[in-house]
Amino acid sequence: MKGKLKVYLGYAAGVGKTYRMLDEAQTLRQKGVDVVIGYFEPHGRKETIAKIEGLEVVPRRPVGYANTSFEEMDTDAILRRKPQVAVVDEFAHTNVPGCERAKRWQDVDALLDAGIDVLTTVNVQHLESLNDQVYDITGVRVRETVPDWVIDTAAEVVFVDLTPRALRNRLERGVVYAPDKAQKAMENFFTESNLSALREIAMRHAAHELEEKLEPALSANAPVGGHQERILVCLTGRPTAALLIRRARRVADYLQAGCLALYVCTETSGDVDERVKRHMSFARNLRIQTHVVKARDIGASITEFAGKEDVTQIFMGRSAPLPWYKPFEETLVQQVVRQARNKQITIVAERRR
Amino acid sequence: MARVNDRRPDPSELLRRVQAAERRELRGRLKVFLGYAPRVGKSLRMFDEGRRRKVRGQDVVVGAVQGPVSPEIQSVLERLEITPQAEGGAIDLIALFKRHPSVCLIDGLAQSNPPGSCNPQRWQDVRDLLDHGIGVITALNIQHIREQQDEVERITGKRAAHSVPRDFLHEADEIEVVDAPAEALLEGAEVVNMPSARQLLELRELALLLAADIIDRQLQEYLDEHGVVARWGAQERILVGLTPRSSAVEMLHSGRRNATRFHGALLAAYVEQGELNSADRARLDSNLALAREMGAEVHCLHASDFVQAILEFGREQRITQLFIGHSMRYGRKIPWRGPIDRLIDAADEFDVRIFPHRECE
Repeated sequence: MKGKLKVYLGYAAGVGKTYRMLDEAQTLRQKGVDVVIGYFEPHGRKETIAKIEGLEVVPRRPVGYANTSFEEMDTDAILRRKPQVAVVDEFAHTNVPGCERAKRWQDVDALLDAGIDVLTTVNVQHLESLNDQVYDITGVRVRETVPDWVIDTAAEVVFVDLTPRALRNRLERGVVYAPDKAQKAMENFFTESNLSALREIAMRHAAHELEEKLEPALSANAPVGGHQERILVCLTGRPTAALLIRRARRVADYLQAGCLALYVCTETSGDVDERVKRHMSFARNLRIQTHVVKARDIGASITEFAGKEDVTQIFMGRSAPLPWYKPFEETLVQQVVRQARNKQITIVAERRR
Repeated sequence: MARVNDRRPDPSELLRRVQAAERRELRGRLKVFLGYAPRVGKSLRMFDEGRRRKVRGQDVVVGAVQGPVSPEIQSVLERLEITPQAEGGAIDLIALFKRHPSVCLIDGLAQSNPPGSCNPQRWQDVRDLLDHGIGVITALNIQHIREQQDEVERITGKRAAHSVPRDFLHEADEIEVVDAPAEALLEGAEVVNMPSARQLLELRELALLLAADIIDRQLQEYLDEHGVVARWGAQERILVGLTPRSSAVEMLHSGRRNATRFHGALLAAYVEQGELNSADRARLDSNLALAREMGAEVHCLHASDFVQAILEFGREQRITQLFIGHSMRYGRKIPWRGPIDRLIDAADEFDVRIFPHRECE
């Protein structure tokens, strides 16, 4: 049987996720459960470090990359040790190139597959579908992300709260980062309004996770009130396609709608180029089924595909303005709006800062 | 629920905020630990925060201890100074005023006082402490928030006898949510009085959403005070643009469903542009009535340019999605750019969702 995943969700570094997780590990140990620490990032925090006392730690594995030695979680060693529960910090971590799996959440999945329960920590800004929103609020583009569906598979998501004021106090006292780094952090990412906004998002997301558990019948693609929503994402090679995919995924999750993506390859454009391929694999990563159609008329084939697949809502990026010498042509958005007359069409804003 | 709103905070609202800010300067700070059910661990968190503050040199006193005390809480209490409660369990306000600590820990915020006390309710005692410049840290479960009691009763079939008005929470400088898995609460509990696992999930969700709403409101006040315009709020806000001939019914139903699923806000706006014929007027009135019925905040805008008015209003209201109906002309190919194209071109802050035009409305 697959192990159970328990996620401690926070809204920023320093709110106490790791501490809560280790607290739980200690409680389990006292009850006689076989717990080991698979990976733990102390960040030099004294109170947190004190919390691992008495817990067995599986040593990390050195990995060489670019003439430097890094340390990663030793997933194989944990699998061999086969505890009942493994504690794995920093769920969103990206492994050094050369590791068997690219992401820590994939390592965790291997542990779960082996029937090991896992306790882990993640901040809300690492959720893929919130990436743009977090960037818009904080100005920081988070690179290490976890697809939302991975968190959705968790048996339990616990929200770890601390008020922004208390967090900023901790920063000032040097509990979270070294003093010079703390000062910078407080001026940039850790401003009062950023923290409040992230915290609100995290709470809403934690509530959303609970709702998914309350209404399992509604999730996946079950019809809602006899009316099933299906969202189609129109892919392009433009960088904004990633934003489009994330937004569609998020809306589909909340509406518990199906979600699929289409790329129309024109005869002139030839094969699917690298950028489009990247977007398609990104979409598949977020569990969006991707399709490629070859056609001359992009608008018409989007409309046809949407009709055939019972799509209710089409997600598109804004069309580039028409060149001055083609004032009487239609943009792609105009074409689809005119042709797909019985569908809802959502033009996703680029939300440039 | 539905109301026609002014678009900016009015002067009396601004005055209220200024006065509140002034009061806050003299007032003690209020921090509330909010839990979703008994046994979630609020009291322990509260007393432990008191203990840590005392270690850091703050003058901390316990003003009220509630119910059976667990060994864990007992060991924290042993390291704190306690002002004994008066006969019948009420807080000894006089003693606390005299002692005047910088922080007072009060458990069981929703308790009623016995007859003959200064105030009928404990939360009113807390207000007095704050007014005397004493900071308070307290703990509360959602079933004790008056405005949440109907919802809690719907979930659990039970209603708590004592309650605290939600407004009191809005006065709090800080609210910390105490979340924990439901199984931890059920473990070793006397099952008789505990809600079921499913009910606990619903209560958890309710507590998180309540806290998110309060934070959203406080964040908005903070941004207003500091003159910051947020580009993308944490909450989904859906605006339905109404015209006499748009598919208002479909847009409003979809808007309601979206707002509910996202736990977001639903707004509807109509741009008044001169006289309408009587048929259009009637259609519009019925659309506006429907919008109100669906709990939308309805706004009437006055402007000569529909697109400009909707754009400005959308920005001001931190809209994340705009729902708008097809223009009739979209039935055929058109050689010029219509209002919807202009909206799409200019709306960089929110998504634009275009709804089909239904003939038979």
